[in-house]
Amino acid sequence: MLASRTGRISLLFVAVALACLGVADIAVTTQNPWAELQRLMSGFLTPDFTAVDDLGTAFLRTLSYAFTGVALGAVAGFFLSLVFNSRVVRTFCAFIRAIHEIFWALIFLQCFGIHPLSGVLAIAIPFAGIFAKVYSEIIEESDPLSARVLPWGTGRLARYCFTRIPEAWPHLRTYTAYRLECGLRSSAVLGFIGLPTLGFYLESAFSQGYYSQVGALLILFYLLIATMRFWLRPRLIPVYVLGAPFFLGDGLPIMWGNVTRFFTEDIVPRPLREGEGWEGLQPWLMDILTTEALPGIWNTLILTQIALVATGILALLAFPLISPHFFGPKRRTGGHLLLVIARSTPEYMLAYILLQIWGPSMLPAVVALALHNGGIIGHLIGRMSGEIPMRPNAPVGINRYAYEVVPRVYPPFLAFLFYRWEIIMRETAILGILGITTLGFYVEGAIQEIRLDRAMVLILITALLNIGVDALSRRIRAYLRLKTRPTCEA
Amino acid sequence: MNSLVVNDISASYGGTRVLGPLSLSVVPGEKVAVVGRSGAGKSTLLSLLYDEARETGVYMPQDLGLVETLSVFHNVFMGRLDQHPIWYNLANLIHPMKRPTEDISAILETLSMADKIREPAGELSGGQRQRTAVGRALYQQGRILLADEPVSALDEPQAHRVMQALVGQFETAVIALHDVDLALQYTDRVIGIRDGLIALDEPSNRLSPSDLQPLY
Repeated sequence: MLASRTGRISLLFVAVALACLGVADIAVTTQNPWAELQRLMSGFLTPDFTAVDDLGTAFLRTLSYAFTGVALGAVAGFFLSLVFNSRVVRTFCAFIRAIHEIFWALIFLQCFGIHPLSGVLAIAIPFAGIFAKVYSEIIEESDPLSARVLPWGTGRLARYCFTRIPEAWPHLRTYTAYRLECGLRSSAVLGFIGLPTLGFYLESAFSQGYYSQVGALLILFYLLIATMRFWLRPRLIPVYVLGAPFFLGDGLPIMWGNVTRFFTEDIVPRPLREGEGWEGLQPWLMDILTTEALPGIWNTLILTQIALVATGILALLAFPLISPHFFGPKRRTGGHLLLVIARSTPEYMLAYILLQIWGPSMLPAVVALALHNGGIIGHLIGRMSGEIPMRPNAPVGINRYAYEVVPRVYPPFLAFLFYRWEIIMRETAILGILGITTLGFYVEGAIQEIRLDRAMVLILITALLNIGVDALSRRIRAYLRLKTRPTCEA
Repeated sequence: MNSLVVNDISASYGGTRVLGPLSLSVVPGEKVAVVGRSGAGKSTLLSLLYDEARETGVYMPQDLGLVETLSVFHNVFMGRLDQHPIWYNLANLIHPMKRPTEDISAILETLSMADKIREPAGELSGGQRQRTAVGRALYQQGRILLADEPVSALDEPQAHRVMQALVGQFETAVIALHDVDLALQYTDRVIGIRDGLIALDEPSNRLSPSDLQPLY
């Protein structure tokens, strides 16, 4: 088993993760982590919903940012998907989706200030890149026969609108709804860097020690996501999308002078700005590379590899909780609840909370990434395992797990895991903003010092790293002959 | 109008030859039936003929090529997408206009499908789906019909009505049929296919059902 291709690749990744664990900074640095956790738990048990004003605004803004951003991204992504066979468009989309929403938001905050436009664009742009790719994959998969029977001379657009798109419609809809859920998480997290969404209120409640308010915010957030299929009716979507822009709030007025300065001065590399020309550029780039980029890349890679393997282990341990081959319906409901909580809490939010409890190190980041991503993969694999027919005399318990179920779900499990590799890396870079020395840490630092030219170079490097990992993951999936569906949440 | 001519065509599937090499010519005005056991290569032959006659051909494949999520109206309307400017096509996609609705209703009337005009094709029975594809072929303005088992899911009276409509509308037609009686009644030339090759090619009036038995 271990000698197979999948076995060897798995072992290789585990070995790399163990080596990374050896050099990673993993420690609990707070004096009394359990007391902090206790306070958080008591906040959950005694949620305070009385701060209604704040709660209402927090959710209204979170929802309207998400709807506006995802809708814009979906429309732009749709049009991009029509021309996705062009190499230029594909590269452009890969690039804009390799930059995380938070990085986009950090850029736009410098440009437009605290204005709804910053948040909406931060969601819309990377989502457009993702939508373009997945929409074109879905449309590609639809049956070509209906297009073949069309009369000769039918235009390209008519061909598309009458055959490919209507055929792919149900899948496009499912995928867009799933992305809306992701958009809600992104929108909530944007609050942590100053936009008026859920994260903003969560952070202020945390920093003031109002744990009951934290509990209330989180409970409402879970309810919002868990009840999505009740309030997200197809007929209501136009209402939401058209209504959302009116609830974005005003924010601060945009200083157009700042916007111009941002493009013409702030992001122009300092040596060029100060007339040192290309000779000055090289030492400047070398300085960024050696003092910030390389340590950032190193830590990002270490954290990503540990988190990837931890995600895999957690998913393999968690999926039986919702699999009918192991537990009855009652216990499975409990398992579903756990996995829903794990996968609907954004990594950033989890990492923030764990950081409050354990203090700054890589540990909160690894656990947050593993919980969120492990929750998603565990959910998918658990559901998939339910479809395996089991012979009546099959072994039970751990034997069943090891001999009957895991061997069958292992290939799709690996496919999902490698699919999320790039997502984990994107997120790892971002967690730097919380103080873990990944690339985001240096980006945030450069922005604090208003050295936006340095920040842009670092964001660019992060994007290239993501594109690289994505390419590597695709090669490994091809080598292992793993099929991945575009809608990872089928 | 030109004849439909193919020379030495062949087709392979997964390394195995399923059709040909064979040559065939159909002159304008001819109605040809293609008969033979299932798997003999009839569908492949029709598909290749369609490639040849792409510009004037009207193709009705065995799998119909309907768009399941669109209504019967839209599936039939697709037969004339080449006739209108794009804005007109898109406007009809959003809301069917009066002219095409009347034309298409008239066609569906002859197919006893008028009451289904607004139903999505995915929710129809097999026979209704087949008649929708026939409707699309009848609505389309082409010269040569290439139909693959167009009446296989219909009962006898319906099958006769559809065959009459098809040979009435198209001057030239190549139709794959497994029903020998229909083939002899509605066409004037029969081509029998066996193991991917032409095993028989005779005028219909010189054949009787028993002559076609060896093909099956």
